[in-house]
Amino acid sequence: MLERKELSAVELTESVLARVEAVEPSIGAYVTVTADIARVQAAAADRLRAKGLGGPLTGIPICQKDVLATRGVRTTCGSRMLEDFVPPYDATVVRKLQEAGAVMIGKGNMDEFAMGSSTENSAFHPTRNPWDPARVPGGSSGGSAAAVAAGEALGATGSDTGGSIRQPAALCGIVGLKPTYGRVSRFGLVAFASSLDQIGPFGRSVHDCALLLQAMAGYDANDSTSVDAPVDDYAGALSGDVRGLRLGIPEEYFTADLDPAVRACIEEAIADLERAGATIVRGISLPSTPHALAVYYIIAPSEASANLARYDGVKFGYSYHDGGGMWEDMERTRQHGFGDEVKRRIMLGTYALSAGYYDAYYLKAQKVRTLIRQEFDRAFERCDLIVAPTTPTVAFRLGEKSDDPLQMYLSDIYTIPVNIAGLPGMSIPCGFAQGLPVGMQLIGRPFEETTLLRAGDAYQRLTVWHQRRPELAAMEAGS
Amino acid sequence: MSLTRDQVLHIAKLARMGVEEAEIEKFQRQLSQILDHFARLSEVDTENVPPTAYAVPLQNVARDDEPRQSYDRDKVLANAPMAEDGYFRVRAVLE
Repeated sequence: MLERKELSAVELTESVLARVEAVEPSIGAYVTVTADIARVQAAAADRLRAKGLGGPLTGIPICQKDVLATRGVRTTCGSRMLEDFVPPYDATVVRKLQEAGAVMIGKGNMDEFAMGSSTENSAFHPTRNPWDPARVPGGSSGGSAAAVAAGEALGATGSDTGGSIRQPAALCGIVGLKPTYGRVSRFGLVAFASSLDQIGPFGRSVHDCALLLQAMAGYDANDSTSVDAPVDDYAGALSGDVRGLRLGIPEEYFTADLDPAVRACIEEAIADLERAGATIVRGISLPSTPHALAVYYIIAPSEASANLARYDGVKFGYSYHDGGGMWEDMERTRQHGFGDEVKRRIMLGTYALSAGYYDAYYLKAQKVRTLIRQEFDRAFERCDLIVAPTTPTVAFRLGEKSDDPLQMYLSDIYTIPVNIAGLPGMSIPCGFAQGLPVGMQLIGRPFEETTLLRAGDAYQRLTVWHQRRPELAAMEAGS
Repeated sequence: MSLTRDQVLHIAKLARMGVEEAEIEKFQRQLSQILDHFARLSEVDTENVPPTAYAVPLQNVARDDEPRQSYDRDKVLANAPMAEDGYFRVRAVLE
């Protein structure tokens, strides 16, 4: 519509800002709304389009997860620790999306330091699921996912360390893609677990995610873990054709933990893809899957305990300085600046890395990590993509799991192995159970995002799940 | 419980994390429960399995050591909780 000049970028941005104003009181997707910046960027987009310039993202309103540094705009990471932190630079993905013409509506709410699966761990306010405000949107990128689902943005960025893009995408009924480790620069991403973190897009459709990933992907000298490999033409790969594509179904992802109604949706989606010409390969085996959760909750907190050592109240962030001396100030800074889940993970990681426990926990986890990756490699000899549920259940209620960390962790059992192996994964809406969205997860070989996107797009051409919208008007009246 | 109260206090000390009296028992219970879940890893045979630190085979990535402009001092200190005369201000390290 922007291309055909039926709608200006300014009009589109104003309509999204009006939407934000109307639904934010019931959703809470944003930590900070950047309306002034959005208006300036939208006007610039219109000037470009008037000259016949710009690309597919020029003038498109997006939500940036508040884990990404934005120059001159506070970046809280959902934490009291960074409540007033204003970065002097933009994250590489923020800069790239800006250069592609995207309009920033605001900074998306999240679990503190991206640690959580419900966005209830935000130090500021929880985000609610647009499909049912009594339920969580998932996490940690819950604000980004809810913003897209509620029409408060057309696309969004997220970060995914153990499922933080795919799980909220599934719970909010949108598409979320975690690229291969190394595909997107993490310069300017507040670090959580550096061997697992990856940035990716959210969109209503696979096509939207392809356009966003195109702008985000690529090597960056500022991130030594970004991989210098050519970036494919993602939108160009969306042929709609899955004939001959081999889809592996891993038995370990269809166990007793899986809600039968969710399972039924996934089975139906697999049947749809088979009718479209894909070959279904049953009996793919990933036997170390049951150990992935333990591996993750050793490796991620260990890395987090090192990454979060920088919050000492000296260089930036919250600082307590009324104690008896330097050490007490540092301890109080971290006591008051961090929330409970962050404290738990720092303590877990500190323990796993401490003298006498390193071999039993951290080194052991790294060895099992090798086994998990090897099993995926072997599976991909028999298939091109793996199809699985994204989450074992639909969105749960606020407060339902907040007192039981282990139960909360279990909501990521199907997404965590993908990070451990560094693979690309995507969640796509594939139906509804108890009136709430269900996500299907596609997992691919390293750097084969095109295969994920092609299969996901082909599926969306056959189905209407991604076109459904939550009835927000009814929700506003009812809650 | 796999963690004792003293161990919780020791970990908190290592992490430079202040904990309130009321939190100690809670963390002891929650962390023990999570550590108990980890115990299942000991069942996995990892004899002769090398550890994986990163999922992509990148090693010793270095860039050319070229001088470049850094941020202005004011910009860097803008987020400092305490600054004085162009420096970060810290509490005395040696009493």
